[in-house]
Amino acid sequence: MTAPRTPLVEMRDISLSFGGIHAVDRVSIDLQPGEVMALVGHNGAGKSTLAKILSGAYRRDSGTIAVRGEEAAIANPRDAKRYGIETIYQTLALAENVDTAANLFLGRELQARWGTLDDIAMEAAARKAMGRLNPNFQRFKDPVKALSGGQRQSVAIARAILFNAQILIMDEPTAALGPQETAQVGDLIKQLKAQGIGIFLISQDIHDVFDLADRVCVMKNGRVVGTARIADVGEDDVLGMIILGKCPAGAIPGPGATERSQ
Amino acid sequence: MPPLARFLRSTELDTRMLGMVGVLLAIWIAFHVLSGGLFLTPRNLWNLSVQSSSVAIMATGMVLVIVTRNIDLSIGSMLGFNGMVMGVIQTDLLPKLLGFEHPATWMLTLAAGLVLGVVLGALQGCIIAYLGIPAFIVTLGGLLVWRGAAWWVTSGQTVAPLDDRFTLLGGGPEGSIGATWSWVFGLIACAAVILSLAHSRARRRKFDFPLRPMRAEVFLSAAGCVLILAAVAVANAYPWPIGSVRRYAEASHIAIPDGGLFIAHGIAIPVLIAIGAGVVMTFLARRTRFGRYVYAIGGNPEAAELAGVNTRWVIVKVFMLMGLLAAIAGAISIARLNAATNSEGTLAELLVIAAAVIGGTSLAGGIGSVAGAMLGAVLMQSLQSGMVLLGVDTPLQNIVVGIVLVGAVGIDTIYRRRTGSGS
Repeated sequence: MTAPRTPLVEMRDISLSFGGIHAVDRVSIDLQPGEVMALVGHNGAGKSTLAKILSGAYRRDSGTIAVRGEEAAIANPRDAKRYGIETIYQTLALAENVDTAANLFLGRELQARWGTLDDIAMEAAARKAMGRLNPNFQRFKDPVKALSGGQRQSVAIARAILFNAQILIMDEPTAALGPQETAQVGDLIKQLKAQGIGIFLISQDIHDVFDLADRVCVMKNGRVVGTARIADVGEDDVLGMIILGKCPAGAIPGPGATERSQ
Repeated sequence: MPPLARFLRSTELDTRMLGMVGVLLAIWIAFHVLSGGLFLTPRNLWNLSVQSSSVAIMATGMVLVIVTRNIDLSIGSMLGFNGMVMGVIQTDLLPKLLGFEHPATWMLTLAAGLVLGVVLGALQGCIIAYLGIPAFIVTLGGLLVWRGAAWWVTSGQTVAPLDDRFTLLGGGPEGSIGATWSWVFGLIACAAVILSLAHSRARRRKFDFPLRPMRAEVFLSAAGCVLILAAVAVANAYPWPIGSVRRYAEASHIAIPDGGLFIAHGIAIPVLIAIGAGVVMTFLARRTRFGRYVYAIGGNPEAAELAGVNTRWVIVKVFMLMGLLAAIAGAISIARLNAATNSEGTLAELLVIAAAVIGGTSLAGGIGSVAGAMLGAVLMQSLQSGMVLLGVDTPLQNIVVGIVLVGAVGIDTIYRRRTGSGS
């Protein structure tokens, strides 16, 4: 075990219910700098809800969030961005009727003298950012609506990394991508890790998780089944956690574990 | 692609907008022929410009309201209420404080009206944005409340006549800027067109972005200047009526020569206000963060919120602007009438919404332009005054306007579907 460091993010006893449903129930999770923490589980397990609490889209009912050891007040997406938390949403959350540059800079527009929009500077920056992810992309004048699924996903990813994110939440970032683009996103995640950025990676693809993640946290019915270092568990162990809620020997069990094998 | 189409594309002009201009010209020529040459005269065009201005001013704000997926049904009543308040302030309140026809009366009245407009808009905007009550309901309530309030200001009595300086806001011979200042205005507008084209070219060159061909730039500058100067020439070709000339001659002790004295109207003050509103609102919509947020909210409200935009405050600001513009339109309306009545602005909201929609604003949100809405307002007004010139009965006028509204949006829907263009 490494010596305990101050985690980049520490979420403690987070709960959120919608009506009578406990979407997220006493979840505790932490993230170190330069670490990829995979969040896995069935649909409705509470992964996306947990991510949206951290990104400020939902307000938690109870629990605390600390960023770099200090308690963080996150009540809306603006607060989260102030802590360097950027999110790639599963739905991409793009404004379909405006162009790529407008989406990349939405909420953080570059301004020229007298506070006017500096569209040309934004387009130039957009060309640079998109060039890293998708070198063939040229449709900067078109509204995002006109782009392909993969191109739109690239826009959402470019937006998240454009503003020096410290903490990145990626909710199914490769869902609409082809094999080549998926590989590019994999490379990007490794690059970002090397820069010390912490990443929450939500994925359905267990191979992706084992390729990219350092640790994995399995959720079921809003609770954490267990958290494990990828090196300590196998794919079958993780599948058992997802499907049965069974926490294997290599994992630290959470409140959602149904049985523990020694 | 044929050379003409290629050239038009190189100018990057909006083909949809060009189509609207074409339709407007066709309507004008048709009315001109049908009325035996009465429509395309300086007098009629000048009147058309004054009559369009109040709806055009409100349409610039309605575009932003509709782009954010809202609606404002209350502006006609707000205009009426605000007009009554401004009427009472200038004929009753301020004369008691300052004396009759004090030079500051018109300014204080207008300022009070504008503040009231912003407050009314903010009130409705807050209810819509922060309490989450649909804009349709809130402004439907506003339609009833403000109309009732308009009656209440004077228990239904009409307020007239108004302050002499205030009535200049409504146009008329005195409420126009005359030939010389109209030419000055026209030349400044031409310079602004050329400078903004040159500025945008310089910016694009700095970032090595593709430029329009030079001849397209020259064509755009020339076309813009010709249009502006032609409009000024038309406004300057419309002389004062004989009565006004005689009064003016007596007041300034000039003898009227045998051929009569030609004094040009020039551009009317309400038209200048409308042009100003159009420029400011286009600037807000296209060049500021606020405008960017308005369109982003219209495209995907959730995405705008997640991107960190304070969407509720943006909505409140949109309704505040709408209230402000309704107040300006109210000032112009009562000034033109030289009276404030509690029914002023009845059904104006529908004309304004129709103008915005004919001008290409999508009720689904996210799409619409200020210039298009103003063009829509002129188009609606052209239809109406054209039919008046032809002596068409009011019921038939309404039928025609209704059919044109539905037809225009229908054609636009088909056009968008075929070209797949969103904007």
